[in-house]
Amino acid sequence: MPVLEGKELRIVGFLCNWCSYGGADTAGVGRFDQPTDLRIIKVPCSGRIDPLFIVKTLMSGADGVLVSGCHPNDCHYAEGNFYARRRLEMLKRFIPMLGIDPNRFDYTWVSASEGQRWQEVVTKFTEQIHKLGPAQKIEGADAEETLKLMEASL
Amino acid sequence: MKIGVFVCHCGTNIEGTVDTAAVAAAAREFPGVVFATDTMYACSEPGQDGIIEAIKEHNLDGVVVASCTPRMHEPTFRKTLERAGLNRYLFEMANIREHVSWIGKDREANTNKSVDLVRMAAAKLLNNKPLFSKSFDMNKKVMIVGGGVAGIQAALDCADGGLQVVLVEKTSSIGGKMAKLDKTFPTVDCSSCVLGPRMVDVAQHPNITLHAYSEIEEVNGYVGNFEVKIKKKASYVNWDLCTGCGICMEKCPSKKAADPFNEELGKTTAINIPFPQAIPKKAVIDPDFCMKMIKDKCGVCAKVCPSEAIDYTQKDEIITEEVGAVVAATGFDLFDWTVYGEYGGGKYPDVITSLQYERMLSASGPSEGHIKRPSDGKEPKNVVFIQCVGSRDKSVGRPYCSGFCCMYTAKQSILTKDHIPDSQSYVFYMDIRAPGKMYDEFTRRAMEEYGARYIRGRVSMVYPKGDKLIVRGADTLMGDQVEVDADLVVLAVGAEASIGATDLAKKLRISYDAYGFFMEGHPKLKPVETNTAGVFLAGACQGPKDIPASVAQGSAAAAKVLSMFAKDQLESDPQISVVDIKRCIGCGKCISTCPFGAIKEIDFRGQPKAEVIETICQGCGICTSTCPQGAVQLQHFTDNQILAEVNAICRF
Repeated sequence: MPVLEGKELRIVGFLCNWCSYGGADTAGVGRFDQPTDLRIIKVPCSGRIDPLFIVKTLMSGADGVLVSGCHPNDCHYAEGNFYARRRLEMLKRFIPMLGIDPNRFDYTWVSASEGQRWQEVVTKFTEQIHKLGPAQKIEGADAEETLKLMEASL
Repeated sequence: MKIGVFVCHCGTNIEGTVDTAAVAAAAREFPGVVFATDTMYACSEPGQDGIIEAIKEHNLDGVVVASCTPRMHEPTFRKTLERAGLNRYLFEMANIREHVSWIGKDREANTNKSVDLVRMAAAKLLNNKPLFSKSFDMNKKVMIVGGGVAGIQAALDCADGGLQVVLVEKTSSIGGKMAKLDKTFPTVDCSSCVLGPRMVDVAQHPNITLHAYSEIEEVNGYVGNFEVKIKKKASYVNWDLCTGCGICMEKCPSKKAADPFNEELGKTTAINIPFPQAIPKKAVIDPDFCMKMIKDKCGVCAKVCPSEAIDYTQKDEIITEEVGAVVAATGFDLFDWTVYGEYGGGKYPDVITSLQYERMLSASGPSEGHIKRPSDGKEPKNVVFIQCVGSRDKSVGRPYCSGFCCMYTAKQSILTKDHIPDSQSYVFYMDIRAPGKMYDEFTRRAMEEYGARYIRGRVSMVYPKGDKLIVRGADTLMGDQVEVDADLVVLAVGAEASIGATDLAKKLRISYDAYGFFMEGHPKLKPVETNTAGVFLAGACQGPKDIPASVAQGSAAAAKVLSMFAKDQLESDPQISVVDIKRCIGCGKCISTCPFGAIKEIDFRGQPKAEVIETICQGCGICTSTCPQGAVQLQHFTDNQILAEVNAICRF
């Protein structure tokens, strides 16, 4: 399904259920205007996010991936976001090796009460992705090959 | 799987900016979807009946509802599915209200985004499996953290309901802020006469165990089975022996210790009982002022104590309590008024806080109920009250209204007139907030019967002139500058979250807002619950509250605990991890990363394997993303389910 041609890019957000998903809800309840590009996938904890999800999302054609969890020390599961932070920091360094612009990925912390902060995060990240433009898409025989590789990797 | 999709209008909340009919039409083309429709209010009774009918008519075995946030109505729709005979986990929700219709106005973009979100939900649902809850036993004992009026109320209600209650208070006596008050608004009741008997009830109740001078050190476990480590701070007095006779206090030669109960207005002895009605009535030594502790001299208290309770070598002690639920009732603290340099905070002795004034008015206070200027002990004639000190002021990071300052200022101006009939009160205010029962009438009485002069405007500065203080401010109703000669200035300080509240929140794994107040599960419908099962809130720890509201919430929290404990067993959430024993290589990585110790090593035909302990697993999924083999999968959030969502929107 093509996204709104020229208007929107494909941005995927992985959000933890307790803080950031709640923060996005708070932003909605507060009617804080945001760009519409982002699609949110809810996970219980940012620690649930396998870095390979992000790689796979980017390889599958997403133009940007945003991860958001609870502020360090505030994790509903005590230390899930510390695991997330370590993994995502590693991933940040790894992404350029895949030939992907590292600016297409970012992670942040937003608590359930920070609706305004969520609005700012989404707006800033979406602008950043729009500046980079659409990601290079994998096509033709390469696509088949890539898909196979990705299926094998996860 | 046959999926049915229901796209909710939510009145105009969604329909206003999303073409729901178009979303339903698009959904009909998705894999697995056999039925899709739009509906006015999916959560209403006719809406739910419509879903049940469709399930029966089209033989559906999975449902997607596109409406509000799952944090709101996921439980509602899961019950609907159960009523139709489906497993509650064969359900997915697409949030097209909070995440779509409320945050963007472009109808085309919103519709397109809603279609994507429904596609993701349907793709995930194709990989859902029926899950079944298990029942587990709970420990029907409750812990209340904080012994202020809200905590006392919650403790008494729970205890009267037959529960065993553990009440933990960090200071040496329960009573909290209310015990410090002289009178309460709007009835001008004597505060300690109302609270005192309730405090005694706590002490005498056979179901309540009180740990005063104690703090929460560590919280482990989960709803129904918490294990809490409590630090009993060293009081240097053996409380089992202390009878609270007070002879030690009389004889103690060190009379310079800080007196937190009297808001530092007076001084107290190094060994002291904070106030006459204290519960428990036990002495505590302040090691910073005790001569025996500082210089190893004195020891008078040990000599005079008739029950030989003094123990200078006492150490902090850790005790463990096992409870099934926790009520946080840690209350509030006062805003640090010295931030307002222009009001002479901390500089001029005759500028005091409202709570200090309260202690001054109280017959049990340092001045025995006489209003005296701290500088020279004279009786003031002109008393100026300044409102909103640390409330409704963005510049000091306190943009919220503390809610009760208008009322206690009115009360204090009335009491001032009672104590000194020829005095004159001036109140500088921004707006009067008096929405409670008999509240507005009360502020009017202060003005009309007691002649308090209310001046609408902020004070710009307070400065000394002779033995007086000049209060300069604006009168915005007159459009003029005013200056008042004051003998005493009382700052109506606002409320902020209790010191250490955020530390407790982290230990309890509950959320708190930007100001440190604990967050309720839902601002309207779950005012005393938190998002952590088994942890409830009471009183001003959730936001500034006056006494009636704190008491009401204390009772509400108790009711929630009692209703939870009314069941014989709790149902576990089946959204937990499972180990695929064939894939598991027994590396033990999951065991070391699990924050809850919910995975143990077992021996399976001579091979080490991992096994999830179902009642302990909280469903975070950290193990799932740690396992190099993909052998541990978090049910309902498996790799396949998350990747199905990714594939539904990306795939080149």
